[in-house]
Amino acid sequence: MESLNATKPKTRLSNSNLLFLIAAVIFVLMYLLAIISFPGSFMQFQTFFDLFNLNAPLIIMTLGLCVVMIVGGIDISIGAQCGLVTMACAMLLESKMGSIWGALLLALGIGIAFGLLHGYLIAYLEIQPFIITLAGLFLAQGLLTTLHKDPINVTMPAFVALRDFKITIPWLGTQNRLGVFIPCQIKPGVIVVVVLVVLFAALMKWSRFGRNVYAVGGNIQSARMLGINVKRTIFFSYVICGLTAGIAGFVFIMTTGAGNIGNGALFEIKAIASNVIGGILLNGGVGNLLGAPIGTLTLLVINELIRAAGVQSNFQAMVSGLLLYLFIVLQSLVMSLRGGGEFRIALPPWLRLPWLKGKRL
Amino acid sequence: MQRSEIHLGLKAHLYHLSNLFLPLSVLVLLIVINLIKGADYFSFTMVKGVFYGNIPNILYGASELVILSIGMTLVTAASRGQDIGIGEAATITSAVFVWFALNAGEVTLLTIVAAFLLSCVVGLVIGVFNGTLVSIFRVQPMVATLILFIGGRSIAFMIDGKLSPILANDISNQIGTVIPGVPIQTPIILTVVFIAIVAVVLKTTNLRLYIESVGINPDAARLNGINPKKIIFLTFLIMGICTAVAGFIAVNKAGRHDSVNLLKFIMMDAILAVAIGGNKLSGGKFSITGSIIGAYTIEMLNRTLLRLEIETETIKAFKAVFIIILMVVGSPVVRVFAGKVINRVRTGRFRSVLKRSAPKSTKEE
Repeated sequence: MESLNATKPKTRLSNSNLLFLIAAVIFVLMYLLAIISFPGSFMQFQTFFDLFNLNAPLIIMTLGLCVVMIVGGIDISIGAQCGLVTMACAMLLESKMGSIWGALLLALGIGIAFGLLHGYLIAYLEIQPFIITLAGLFLAQGLLTTLHKDPINVTMPAFVALRDFKITIPWLGTQNRLGVFIPCQIKPGVIVVVVLVVLFAALMKWSRFGRNVYAVGGNIQSARMLGINVKRTIFFSYVICGLTAGIAGFVFIMTTGAGNIGNGALFEIKAIASNVIGGILLNGGVGNLLGAPIGTLTLLVINELIRAAGVQSNFQAMVSGLLLYLFIVLQSLVMSLRGGGEFRIALPPWLRLPWLKGKRL
Repeated sequence: MQRSEIHLGLKAHLYHLSNLFLPLSVLVLLIVINLIKGADYFSFTMVKGVFYGNIPNILYGASELVILSIGMTLVTAASRGQDIGIGEAATITSAVFVWFALNAGEVTLLTIVAAFLLSCVVGLVIGVFNGTLVSIFRVQPMVATLILFIGGRSIAFMIDGKLSPILANDISNQIGTVIPGVPIQTPIILTVVFIAIVAVVLKTTNLRLYIESVGINPDAARLNGINPKKIIFLTFLIMGICTAVAGFIAVNKAGRHDSVNLLKFIMMDAILAVAIGGNKLSGGKFSITGSIIGAYTIEMLNRTLLRLEIETETIKAFKAVFIIILMVVGSPVVRVFAGKVINRVRTGRFRSVLKRSAPKSTKEE
């Protein structure tokens, strides 16, 4: 038996896993860089947990978007959906019949409703996803401003208790200057993130639906020939995306405790950028689901680094754009180095690196 | 076999028909709604020798959108993706324009033209940046232009130096509003001139054929001697020029350069214009006319919603419902079904449609 195993040829990494590996390595490098340049803040575990504490909604959203991107579509309405959910939940909680479970149901309901609308129109009526989700973006924003224009701060006691509830990790923490031990604290949203990441990774890796998503994203024709119900797969991927947007909205209001028009604005762009950094291609069919949280964390660490370095706030956007550029070029280089064994980027001959010719990575 | 051929022929026929059918029917619908609201919709008044009214206002308001949607159509057709950084690119080019116009000392027609040419060069540089990423590094257009979308406004802010420099001189005022003695607002004239130039270029060169063949199948185009990379690169260069022109018009209209809000989120409207114009967002055949009509339709829709006195908060929701209805009516499934129904009605076999259409629509995906 052992000899059999020994003779088994080494399988090459799939593109999905390679891109994921790059993203993970870059994340680790980035974090090490952060620790080296700012040991005071980034060495603390609390800083790491705060990345999750403050950005749990974004990470949840990227998971749903990841499924849609692997199936070959796009959803640009998730940020607006998230904002709508926070406002609707805030209004429900402030009214007389408000309850936390009711708000949760409302959040899931709004998310699923948007998912069903998008999924039906895109999968069964074959309308371009960008336009439909753009309409969804307008719809969610319009409903949001119609509901209420001013920020609502939720004052319901049970909800405030939930908002301020923190889980303390007694064995992890730092000592402050006086020598008092401060344990790390995480918010319940982090638990939601972890559970969802595990669930989604299992869904994409081991369930029939997950494999169908990859097949449909890779090649819609051959997926159809294999007998996969293409339309149903696309439909359910959008429903899942809407569902995660709803959950993200609830986690958002659970973290901030207020409904506001600006909630979740431009999250869709952040989510797309983090998925791209995480190695999920917009073409579909390629990507590891774990790349979504890794990509988000990388983006967040970059932002934290820029903030810690004291870059003027107006130029932060420029620096993150530049870093995104480096990522994209790096990914493209790696992918083209793999494809066909030759360095196939269309550079002029005098720019081609001679030692790269004929090499396989 | 025969049936499928007929079906294909029908599909192709419908495609040509629907290219302009959808945007035009929407335009007609909007005009009807407006006429119901008030019969004086088409009336316009002469103020100081210049036409004002609903229609001139639409033409005036949509001028940047029209120019950008022309560029977006070409980019979409060749690279099968969309440029989402056009608003930001236009902000950068107009920032350069304002910077040059304000620093050149006295503002004359010559400095304005020089500043405009400089901003065109900046637009070309942006086009080179995006085009390199898309054609050489094979990044999806939406991702490649995401970089500029994120960083563009802070670059423009850096060029501005201070918050929103003001263009207070006669020439830019005339470009933004009216030239004395000319009865039409200047942005409308500039838009018409731009459309004419694009039309002449597309008529006299092979560009349309090349872009369409690259968009339909880049590999087949390469085998036929067309370099897909060059064509995609070229469309991004054209897009750069379009953003420069649009930024020029927008900043002269506004009279000041606001790097935060200038042409914000216009890429959504531009992509929408391309889609309403009957173009596929996945590349291939394109119709510039459709996109232009689509752009004017969007402007008309915005103004119609305002005219119907819908509250500003709900306008976006109405717009969304309108877009969804529009796209459902124009969707391939509904279109093919409608075509079948029309055909059967014409040949007098209406009853068989209802029997056959249900299982057939699921089979022919």
